[in-house]
Amino acid sequence: MNTATLASPFPRPSAPPRLRVLPGFRLTLGYTLAYLSLLVLIPLAAVFLKTAELSFAEFRDVVTAPRVVASYKLSFGMSLLAAAINAVFGLMLAWALVRYSFPGKKLIDALVDLPFALPTAVAGIALTALYAKNGWIGQFLEPLGIQVAFKPLGVLVALVFIGLPFVVRTVQPILEDLDAELEEAATSLGAQRGQAFRHVILPIVFPALLTGFALAFARAVGEYGSVIFIAGNLPMVSEITPLMIITKLEQYDYTGATAIATVMLILSFALLLVINGLQAWTAKRTGRDR
Amino acid sequence: MSIQVRNIHKRFGSFVALDDVSLDFPTGELVALLGPSGCGKTTLLRVIAGLESADAGQVLLDGEDASGTHVRDRQVGFVFQHYALFRHMSVFDNVAFGLRMKPRAQRPSEKQIAEKVHALLDLVQLDWLADRFPAQLSGGQRQRIALARALAVEPRVLLLDEPFGALDAKVRKELRRWLRKLHDELHVTSIFVTHDQEEALEVADRVVLMNQGAVEQIGTPEEVYRRPATPFVYGFLGAVNLFHGRVDGEGLRVGDARLPRQAGSFGEGAEVLAFARPHELDIVVDADAGASEGIAARVSRVLAFGITARVELDGVNGAHGQHFEVEITRERVERLGLAEGQAVRLLPSHLSLFESRQAATTAGAAR
Repeated sequence: MNTATLASPFPRPSAPPRLRVLPGFRLTLGYTLAYLSLLVLIPLAAVFLKTAELSFAEFRDVVTAPRVVASYKLSFGMSLLAAAINAVFGLMLAWALVRYSFPGKKLIDALVDLPFALPTAVAGIALTALYAKNGWIGQFLEPLGIQVAFKPLGVLVALVFIGLPFVVRTVQPILEDLDAELEEAATSLGAQRGQAFRHVILPIVFPALLTGFALAFARAVGEYGSVIFIAGNLPMVSEITPLMIITKLEQYDYTGATAIATVMLILSFALLLVINGLQAWTAKRTGRDR
Repeated sequence: MSIQVRNIHKRFGSFVALDDVSLDFPTGELVALLGPSGCGKTTLLRVIAGLESADAGQVLLDGEDASGTHVRDRQVGFVFQHYALFRHMSVFDNVAFGLRMKPRAQRPSEKQIAEKVHALLDLVQLDWLADRFPAQLSGGQRQRIALARALAVEPRVLLLDEPFGALDAKVRKELRRWLRKLHDELHVTSIFVTHDQEEALEVADRVVLMNQGAVEQIGTPEEVYRRPATPFVYGFLGAVNLFHGRVDGEGLRVGDARLPRQAGSFGEGAEVLAFARPHELDIVVDADAGASEGIAARVSRVLAFGITARVELDGVNGAHGQHFEVEITRERVERLGLAEGQAVRLLPSHLSLFESRQAATTAGAAR
């Protein structure tokens, strides 16, 4: 019998289509995955594949060569130190920009972004010229026994320079949103200025500060252009890891270069993971994530 | 502790927030600062707290000039409209904050702090929330925690800035009653700011009415409601009907209508504003009254869902374009057989008269 088809001119849909409120999920996720694969994942995979051409012993010899190990220490040590310095001074700078109005505030606000825009080589040359023995600043530091250019300290200066905007720009919006009533409440409860800052403001700003720290650190680890000029590149003293990679490449030792890159990638990833974990932990501890 | 405010002036740019305000707040009272937004009530509260400094004038706490004393040393508890709880701290830590910030010599031990905090949380009936974070609480709970936090440092004065302003109507009503009860237990001198006249009249021992940076009237809720000192107060405390008229012998001439009036010291022919509350007006159907008495009006809506009925009317003839509101019993509505569009007359049983000159500006602001 075909009564069933006659009785129902509108066929019952087997399942109602799921309606999404926000459009573009497939489009955006599709593009995201495509871009991520083409620009990030595939090149990174290539690094590992190329490295895999080495035997484990060869790999170990390349990545634990004394010069290379010294470069890890310099790169990661100075990057962490630079990010820490930037966290402190970036917070102060952001504080000044948000809290006070003073002549030239707009100008300073714009200047903060300059390290983003300036070609790193230019920054490197400028810093070298300033801090060299006969430079504007270097000539005063020399008699004090402080050498900046061509020393690890020079690397630090360059890394601080390029990392600054990351902290300022992540902390600034949080400080702007900070409710003045919170500080007033703290003060009316008897808190001194320092106490109010430490117990009320800092905990609120801390997650953003960590993000800024992580960004500044990541940028510093990968920095090449501004550092090689001021570092002087003395083996075992002021060679950064990216320079070791370039050196291998110049010797057509591609697998050696990717081997060092692999170590760098893994170390950086691990450190960023730790920072992210720290962020999640503070969020949880302070009830934002429940 | 008593609070005195002497000749306080405060401007923000060209805006005068407080214009020569002097007030006395006796010990142990709960006083409401009531007024429309922008009347300076919050500014006054912040000046008393020390969060804002006055351009001129003095704040005396317990008879001592506190003008040079910093907020943190004034021992005032301040409760903010939007709670201002520290969202990264648990409820317990929020309440303990003031105790933990004390200089080491005066700071109680952690055990004493815990006892005190739990006692306070008991007082606000939220001890079971000690481990939660502010984001997990409802608005009413947050405000009670904020109050417990302010009380932890044993303030000499409690200042509340629109404490229930951000809450919904039902919770607001509950908290009002609760605040009154709490005050009866603690007897801390308290001032709270509100723009809600019902809230002020219901909770406070005394009400200070403010308008445009100045005090309009001070009195018990009963006094200010029954005997408003100015047209502004009259208009601000509850619904009101306004007539513009002229004194005419023993009566009052409004347009072409004549109204009876109470005795008052007005010169013959003086321009006056006459106020009547909705329950002070009666409706008479045109046919059974002398045509000259009462104000001609037309019924526009009859709202009868309570014990009393509210009748909305439009003025006609002289009072064209004016709207009136009358509150009468439902029985009376039925007896009169009021219908929409019906022509009636309004007879006031009581009229409050104010000289028109001073009234013109203030009443305009109150509307």
